[in-house]
Amino acid sequence: MTLTDRQQLSYIASQAADARLNVELETEGMTLNIGPQHPATHGTLRIIARLDGEQVVWAEPVAGYMHRGYEKLTEVRTFPQVTSLVNRIDWLGSFANEVPFILAAEKLMEVEAPPRAQVIRTILFELSRIANVSLFLGDLGVQMGAITPVFLAFRDREYILNLIEGATGGRFHPNFDRIGGLKDDLPKGWIQETKGAVKKLEEFCDTIDDLLFGNEIFQSRMRGIGVIPADIAKDYGLSGANARASGIDWDLRRDQDLPLSYDLADWKVWTHPDGDSWARCWIRLQETRESCKIVGQLLDQIPAGPVMTKVPRIIKVPEGEAWVATENPLGEMGYYVVSKGDLGPFRVKIRSASFNNISIVPWALKGVYVPDIITILASLYFILGDIDR
Amino acid sequence: MGLVDKGRLPAPLTKLFNLSRSYSLWVYQWGLACCAIEMGAAFGSPRYDVMRLGVIPLPASPRQADFVCVSGTVTDKMAPAVKRLWEQMPEPKYAISMGSCANCGGPYWDSYSVTKGVDQIIPIDVYVPGCPPRPEALLEGIVLLQQRIKNEDMAAKWRGDEFTTLQRTRAMEAGEVDRDGELISDTHSISDEPMAEIASAHPEPIVVGGGPIE
Repeated sequence: MTLTDRQQLSYIASQAADARLNVELETEGMTLNIGPQHPATHGTLRIIARLDGEQVVWAEPVAGYMHRGYEKLTEVRTFPQVTSLVNRIDWLGSFANEVPFILAAEKLMEVEAPPRAQVIRTILFELSRIANVSLFLGDLGVQMGAITPVFLAFRDREYILNLIEGATGGRFHPNFDRIGGLKDDLPKGWIQETKGAVKKLEEFCDTIDDLLFGNEIFQSRMRGIGVIPADIAKDYGLSGANARASGIDWDLRRDQDLPLSYDLADWKVWTHPDGDSWARCWIRLQETRESCKIVGQLLDQIPAGPVMTKVPRIIKVPEGEAWVATENPLGEMGYYVVSKGDLGPFRVKIRSASFNNISIVPWALKGVYVPDIITILASLYFILGDIDR
Repeated sequence: MGLVDKGRLPAPLTKLFNLSRSYSLWVYQWGLACCAIEMGAAFGSPRYDVMRLGVIPLPASPRQADFVCVSGTVTDKMAPAVKRLWEQMPEPKYAISMGSCANCGGPYWDSYSVTKGVDQIIPIDVYVPGCPPRPEALLEGIVLLQQRIKNEDMAAKWRGDEFTTLQRTRAMEAGEVDRDGELISDTHSISDEPMAEIASAHPEPIVVGGGPIE
């Protein structure tokens, strides 16, 4: 078959038209900058994402906008002063930040809090976890485009804040934990009030379960998005609910022998095999329920006795090094305290959970679509003070 | 707004404008640290509900906002972004500094990376002390800001800010600039204008609960 000149010309013309069209449709990479101030970040995290069309090719979090120099500041504070500082690392669950530091100092001084103080510590620890995660559950709705859950979260979180304020005097930053016990005993009627509030929080969990987790749009935006397998999670050092959502059965409250009274209560460590955004949020919802359960059980088991052991008035911590980590609302948080026998620590290394949890962001965001960036960031759940310290 | 620019707006109209401005404040939430959660409790929770005061807490961008609420620690890395956002806001604009960190550095007063007070960067109208302040304290700060707006001379505010409040107050006290923020030449003396009028045009910042700014 031979082609006429005319046919050849029309073929060349159509090829050229196709080529022109391809040139016109060729996409160029674009850099999307999220933050440092953005409604979808919990604070001032900046994400630089390189996009190809709707897909992320490369993403990198830029931390440091909230760096306040904690580790250096602890070197010029005395041991009792450090607790007021470390309160503000993870500001949603403030009391939980004090406990590991105090435990590390107690380990160095070889004192132990009386049983009553240990139980009250555990209760306040769990209350701060509820205060933290309940706001996460509300904020999750905002980031997915539903604004109602955050109103519910703020409403019900006030009950917990009132309790923490009633016991410690501080609504937000209690600064209540002391080396060798607690600053003060519980006020009268606090236990009864707490039982009522914990019931309200359990109802809040049910509401969120219905309203948010039962929502079809929410499920379709969450399920199968940002899957993190267990081995990758271990490689990046994920901890807390993020690790448990990948199927790693690991909870420092259960697996560690610390002077906290988790063994008095009957509770469960939840894990999820999926490792996607849905699993991470669902684990946190279940953990809030478990925390309510722990608080409810421990309230009936507070032993009588003092809340403070005998410690010297001016605290000097003997020479040595101690590492204590606890299961904080965001994951494993630990303090490595080096003391040279002075009034203040010589050096404190703070291992905060969020810093490791966002280190997986470049891996997790590779290849996802733009709306899923928000989903993955929301479900990884970080707090900026906890990342940058 | 030629009349406003020249400062020749009739008094009843000024009052009307100020009243409507003070009860339709759009606030840009510049939440940085712990105080952001208390600000969220004040703005977003049913218990403290700021909308009953006529404040709308959800503008989409700083270009639509009337005042900014800087709440939390401003670090040296963050400071340029704060400055840029302030410059994006249209005049007349106000700023509330919430919490000890934004006021003066707070518990990080000896830190190497924290800006000791956001008033070094932007002019602040109301300081709310506390670490963090309760939501009620922030609400009081907003009420005090509304009172200031109601009694304001609009002409001075409309012209915009070149200096920060503190710098301008100091410069005025030294007699270097006039009330418009322009350098005083030899022919124009500061004594031509009564000091009381200058003070009313550029009032001192308010501190919730009174007391000096520390």
